[in-house]
Amino acid sequence: MVKKNKGNSRVTVYPDWCKGCGICIEFCPKKVLEFDAHGKCSVVREDDCIHCGFCELHCPDFAIVVTEKKSGETAS
Amino acid sequence: MARRKKNKEIFALGNEAVVEGALIAGCSFYGGYPITPSSEIMEIMAQRLPMSEDGVFIQLEDEIASMGAIVGASMAGRKVMTATSGPGFSLMQENLGYACMTETPLVVVNVMRGGPSTGLPTSPAQSDVQQARWGTHGDHPIIVLSASDVQECLEMTIIAFNMAEKYRTPVILLLDEITAHTREKIRIPQPDEYEVTSRIVPSIPPEWYKPYEETVRGVAPMPPIGSGYRFHVTGLTHDVNGFPTSRPDEVVDLMERMHRKIDQFFYDIQMHDELMIEDAEVVVIAYGSVARSAEYAIEQARSSGVKAGLLKLKTLFPYPRRATEKALANAKSIIVPEMNMGQISREVKRVNSGRASVRTINRVDGQIITPSEILKVIMQG
Amino acid sequence: MEITGNEIIHQYLRHNKKFPHVLCPGCGHGIVLGTLIRSVHHLGLPKDDVVIVAGIGCSGRLAVYVDFNTVHTTHGRALTFATGIKMANPKLNVICLMGDGDALSIGGNHMIHAARRNIGITALILNNNIYGMTGGQSSPATPEGAVSMTAPFGQLEKSFDTVQLACGAGANFVARGTVFHVNNLEKLMIKAIERPGFNMLEIITPCHTQFGRKNKYKTSVEMYRWLKANALDRERYEELEESKRGDKFPVGVFVERDEPGLEERYAELKARFSAGRNG
Repeated sequence: MVKKNKGNSRVTVYPDWCKGCGICIEFCPKKVLEFDAHGKCSVVREDDCIHCGFCELHCPDFAIVVTEKKSGETAS
Repeated sequence: MARRKKNKEIFALGNEAVVEGALIAGCSFYGGYPITPSSEIMEIMAQRLPMSEDGVFIQLEDEIASMGAIVGASMAGRKVMTATSGPGFSLMQENLGYACMTETPLVVVNVMRGGPSTGLPTSPAQSDVQQARWGTHGDHPIIVLSASDVQECLEMTIIAFNMAEKYRTPVILLLDEITAHTREKIRIPQPDEYEVTSRIVPSIPPEWYKPYEETVRGVAPMPPIGSGYRFHVTGLTHDVNGFPTSRPDEVVDLMERMHRKIDQFFYDIQMHDELMIEDAEVVVIAYGSVARSAEYAIEQARSSGVKAGLLKLKTLFPYPRRATEKALANAKSIIVPEMNMGQISREVKRVNSGRASVRTINRVDGQIITPSEILKVIMQG
Repeated sequence: MEITGNEIIHQYLRHNKKFPHVLCPGCGHGIVLGTLIRSVHHLGLPKDDVVIVAGIGCSGRLAVYVDFNTVHTTHGRALTFATGIKMANPKLNVICLMGDGDALSIGGNHMIHAARRNIGITALILNNNIYGMTGGQSSPATPEGAVSMTAPFGQLEKSFDTVQLACGAGANFVARGTVFHVNNLEKLMIKAIERPGFNMLEIITPCHTQFGRKNKYKTSVEMYRWLKANALDRERYEELEESKRGDKFPVGVFVERDEPGLEERYAELKARFSAGRNG
């Protein structure tokens, strides 16, 4: 199981695959994600991500990937 | 002195002979639903297949499921068949079209009984001929064969399997109730007397395989599901990879190849027998049990000095145009006896295009067409 | 580093297919496909041994995207093709993807008989309560009173209870999950794939485009909120007084039996004959 430590996650959204349904934005417990100007999902508060996996499991288009930050990578 | 070949002879129904032929051809999967007058095929399969090396028999909930199951089993690499009669054949049309579109080999035996609808369950007819050709919707190629006696039931079943595998297509074997329920002596052929065609499987690595690629014969190799060649199969119009497409160029490529794979082998597929046709002025064109009545009528006519001949069709579709044209060369008149309102006679008239006079003898009362009925028309000149 | 989540899924998608897939924004079917892939990955099944047999409708469109052996069949008939495939080669893991109209209306007969003969197939029924692809007509799973294109004044007929149907018909394993409760769904799906016999898993997956908009759910998110609020664990649902159940529905496992599948019983029959041949 992935550790749920805040600030250790890298959230990647592939905009071409995102259809902007907003499920991830609605149910993200830490409000990491928001709609961008094009109506698609964008990562705005990555440091708050606790890697719960909800967005990844519920993205119907497989457009979000959450990984652990590589060692040495610091919170930006 | 050459050793006399061992002759295995049995006394069999037409329906039993179909099973013998199917097993000789390598059929290892039967899925079906019982219906008169084809049920013996299913009953004997239910006994023989579980006892054979790798045979699978399953009774389905209806004919729709029967056709679905044999298409699935064929995709998994089996030689498959089902048997039915008119009402069941109607139910099979949907998935039969799927088999045409996905180019899945299979054999359907339709023992024709009187129709339409439930019609005459225990009486013979030949009224599903045009349905066999055009029953499923959309332009599609298909092969339709027939048999007129019990020995032919066996032989044509083997040929049906071979053609299905060779051309990756459904093949329909049309019998009528008389042929299916006639019991007579037949010879089981020795292994060196018949050919068994196996499906062509890919001979390239999976990454390079394209399931619907153009080939010289128009028939792409077909691997069994689970053999490492993963691809998509769909009843939607598809591209060479099997993925759905509506691009006009890809659609037309598929449709043309599907038809060409049969069209360019017309002469291999179109089978017929001729009897005293060279000098015949009156030619009878017949198939199924009616061809036996016709044969007797022609012998009678000849002994009365009338130049009569018989063209017996073994392939009904693609319709044997070349054989018919040859018969038309000297004929002044053509007689087409059928146990329907006139189905193959349409094809005969199309090829004839007004050259000879075409007369039909049609019976739809569930009764056999007798030699004397045919003879009477022959003698009218 | 071990890959997780959608990176796993990306490895199972067909790289020569165009993404995103054809389904509407927020459609739960994509979540089902993701869960299916994770379940197969979890079980460690080789791609070559997995066969996806799909029917017609939105659910049928999923098969083409995933790199297994995939067969997109005719409307309602997926189980018949799957039956042939499984009997022809029992080693294959045969998984059917069907919609509610597909499996319960046009394919209802095949569904009950596949369950009755307990053939080793995993039947995933993606229930969105509507015919989505054809434009929102009533299905046998459209709730009584709901509005559809063919029930503009409200559905007069009662809907099927898929779970009760499969239980009654004799399936080995019967369960229901939702696309909101994905972790639970994955557990159910893993069981539905690995267990012997006929395993039916009904998946409640909302169709906002064709069902929601006609029935007071303005966005797909609202439909997921509805799922979150109304899906109840089977035990908790059964404890609830009938008058308080309202829109709530039970999820979880309803039947779990270990009867051998038809293909196993057939193999036993064949073994009897081959023992006779060799002895």
